[in-house]
Amino acid sequence: MAKIDLLSSEVRAEIDKWIAKYPAEKKRSAVVGALTAVQDAHGGSLTPALMEAVAEYLDLPPIAVLEVASFYTLYDLKPVGQHKIYLCTNVSCMLCGSDQIAEHLKERLGIGFGETTADGKFTLKEVECLAACAGAPMMQVDKTYHENLTRERVDDILAEFD
Amino acid sequence: MINIEIDGKKLSVEPGEMIIEVADKAGIAIPRFCYHKKLSIAANCRMCLVEVENAPKPLPACATPVGEGMKVYTQSEKTIEAQKSVMEFLLINHPLDCPICDQGGECELQDVAMGYGEGVSRFTEGKRTVKDKDIGPLIATELTRCIHCTRCVRFGEEVAGIQELGAVQRGEHMKIATYIEGSVDSELSGNVIDLCPVGALTSKPFRFSARAWEMQQRPTIAPHDGVGSHLYLHVMGNQVKRVVPREAEAINETWIADRDRYSYESLHHADRVTKPLVKQEGVWKETDWSQALEVVAKQLNIIAKNDGADQIGCLASPSATLEEHYLLQKWLRALGCQNIDHRLRKTDFRVKEQAPQSAALPCEFTDVEYYDRFLLIGSYLRKDIPMLNHRVRKAVMLGAEVSVLNPVDYDFNFDVAHALISDVRLLSTQLAGILKALSANAPLFSTLPDYLRQVSPDPAQQAVADSLKAGEKVMLFLGSLALHHPEAGLLKALAEGIAKETSGELAFLHEGANAVGARLAGAMPHVGAAGSALPTPGLDAAAMTHAPRKAYVLHQIEPEWDCAYSAQTLQALEQAEFVVALNTFQSDTMLDYADVILPAAAFTETSGTYVNLAGHWQSFEGAVVPQGEARPAWKILRVLANLHDVEGFDYTASTEVRDELKQQVEESAAQSHEVAGQTDTSSLKSYSASRDNTQQGLVRLTETPLYRTDAFVRRSPALQQTTDNQRTGVRVSRQVAEQYKLDPAHPVTLQQGDYSVSLPWQVDEALPGNHVWTAGVAGLGAPFGAIELTQGKVS
Repeated sequence: MAKIDLLSSEVRAEIDKWIAKYPAEKKRSAVVGALTAVQDAHGGSLTPALMEAVAEYLDLPPIAVLEVASFYTLYDLKPVGQHKIYLCTNVSCMLCGSDQIAEHLKERLGIGFGETTADGKFTLKEVECLAACAGAPMMQVDKTYHENLTRERVDDILAEFD
Repeated sequence: MINIEIDGKKLSVEPGEMIIEVADKAGIAIPRFCYHKKLSIAANCRMCLVEVENAPKPLPACATPVGEGMKVYTQSEKTIEAQKSVMEFLLINHPLDCPICDQGGECELQDVAMGYGEGVSRFTEGKRTVKDKDIGPLIATELTRCIHCTRCVRFGEEVAGIQELGAVQRGEHMKIATYIEGSVDSELSGNVIDLCPVGALTSKPFRFSARAWEMQQRPTIAPHDGVGSHLYLHVMGNQVKRVVPREAEAINETWIADRDRYSYESLHHADRVTKPLVKQEGVWKETDWSQALEVVAKQLNIIAKNDGADQIGCLASPSATLEEHYLLQKWLRALGCQNIDHRLRKTDFRVKEQAPQSAALPCEFTDVEYYDRFLLIGSYLRKDIPMLNHRVRKAVMLGAEVSVLNPVDYDFNFDVAHALISDVRLLSTQLAGILKALSANAPLFSTLPDYLRQVSPDPAQQAVADSLKAGEKVMLFLGSLALHHPEAGLLKALAEGIAKETSGELAFLHEGANAVGARLAGAMPHVGAAGSALPTPGLDAAAMTHAPRKAYVLHQIEPEWDCAYSAQTLQALEQAEFVVALNTFQSDTMLDYADVILPAAAFTETSGTYVNLAGHWQSFEGAVVPQGEARPAWKILRVLANLHDVEGFDYTASTEVRDELKQQVEESAAQSHEVAGQTDTSSLKSYSASRDNTQQGLVRLTETPLYRTDAFVRRSPALQQTTDNQRTGVRVSRQVAEQYKLDPAHPVTLQQGDYSVSLPWQVDEALPGNHVWTAGVAGLGAPFGAIELTQGKVS
């Protein structure tokens, strides 16, 4: 089976949308959109086979895909939990108490940064600035931003996933 | 032109140039790591920061275009301060252990640190370390030393045409890596060693075996293909320790192929012959030169006297020097022998080559970049002649369209616009289709055999024709597969026909380092030196095999690998009364068939000249003393001719030989480039007789992989371990594997007439049906002939 067959028709349609945004010979520009679509469709993480499929689909050398996939914290190259929590610990958030939020999250979930809970529900990630400094400290859960975090807010947000 | 000032020096420069380019031309030094004149601008190392008047901050000289009235200061306090700061950052993570680094003494970082670094580091924290990777047999990695200039990454993408190295992760974790621990397989990969400004990428076979300051640098010319790349040999004592490129913009720019870089390893191979060897009553004995040469002179004399000089045959390597080719034919022709050839892998001699031409390309290598349509006929150019392929690739980047006609769907490193993948027996039909699509009434058709006259073009051939017709400058390449093809004469005539219809030009991709020189020197049976006419032609390479001679003179060849009809040639040699081999190496096979082995100096140990495909006479000097008692072949030939009392062999230097031939060439008509339409078309109809029109049955397809081309590369351990060299054994199309129900666990037996071999096999999806691919396998018959395949189950 060719690697490219790993991509479903829905995923291909999504990638094609990204390709259409750029000149025909600049398919490479669609790699961020393509990786996001593929990751979302495959349990939130990328495997070598999936990256090779994207490379094949966009006519890129596999290393060029790995360069992008390993650069952005939004991509995971190891299996993750159902939900991804990205906690910003960059300057603004740090000044507004992200250290305490980090501590609280680690305690509540029983895991450290870069780890997944035993029940496979959450993966906790430490990330750099997500451009929401006005609402620091903040975190992103899956695709949603949560700002002005307190311990209680964090508990409420996690409760939504029970 | 605009006016700028660098350090008070007034310069008139092209608008759009970068400050660093202008400074380089003016001889003003600006330190840099990531900038390289042949690569795109990354501006990521920041070492080239310079002060520019009216700019608020120092600017990177590599990425700042010059402007009218710009004033640049490369030595000002602000510049030096900026550069020192960058240096301090670069050294934070770089190990400060130059004495144990292979790059020490020839390291750009070390050099610049001497000028801009502090004596003591303020950084007391732990340094970043990166695990080393095994990226293949040619390049060693020590990635902790990497400063992330990304020259190697850009080289892969922009020059090699295949990105194999990349920068993965980010920030502190960024590292240079291959995809999932893969190897770097480009045929140009070794150039990243020269590009790497630190000791992160070094030569695996060389590393830690010598220091830069212990070696002497001596120029030479690469001996493996028709480009003749300019090289430097790095010599310590009397040993060539490594090979690096010597810049020659018109030939190899600043690059060399891996074949030219690593073949030096063979120079110290255990197979080297270091003493003249003579077989006496079946026993090999070491002897001295005078005795060995006397035996050769005497034996050849006896055969010439008793059986006639035409009972002597001479086969010479196309990579022997011009001087050797010239002396061989001058000596043997004086004895009355015309059987001399260097076209060892050629199988079709029906259409005689016209007077030899001064070049095989219609233009300089640099001009190739400006053609806009190419047709590659029977060529894996990328692996056959990597540096010429590089020029075609550059043309493609400028918008050229390449069409290929090949029996195998080769993996090129540029976009192929139209690929005709055809049964190897039908290459002439394909070309006739293209010609017909161009001009149904082309005059050539009246001279062609019926099976080509009646061709009607299919859409794929039409597409190639349309592409060529739309071009302004068209070049057709006849590759080694076309030149060695059983219908080579037809293919050439058809290519000329197509060239004529498209106002295009034809290029011949002859094998070896000196194929053009060999032709000029007269190392062919039907023309003498400088194209001079002969009273009676001799036998060509194939005929010397099919009609065995009583004596053979072999010059730097191993027939089992270098000749088209390998098994038959060996048989002829074994049956011959006398065989003398002038060779750098010996082998068990050679000990079987030869009677005298004369140790010839290797390419690094002799002076000589190679004429490259573009017609440049490139002379070189011996760089090291020959090993043991080996002697430069031109001197051996001189003495042999002297022993035969041939006049005009009083040369004291190889340059005298060259100049003698040069004068003859200048006086002769062998001056013009070969132009389209020169082929004598009178014999083309005769091809009907040999045509297998059914295309039933299996056909053999023979290729000479790039690391099997000559005795030197075949004995270079690192090259032999490359991925490229794993393209070996027997390959069959999927169709053949299924049809014959082949069992992957067992070898197959290949049979051609009386010859058969058993070898492991694999499926190759790139092959058309009915094809059995062999990598120049010894012990078989015709390289493109019918072949039988069986698989006896091992019980």
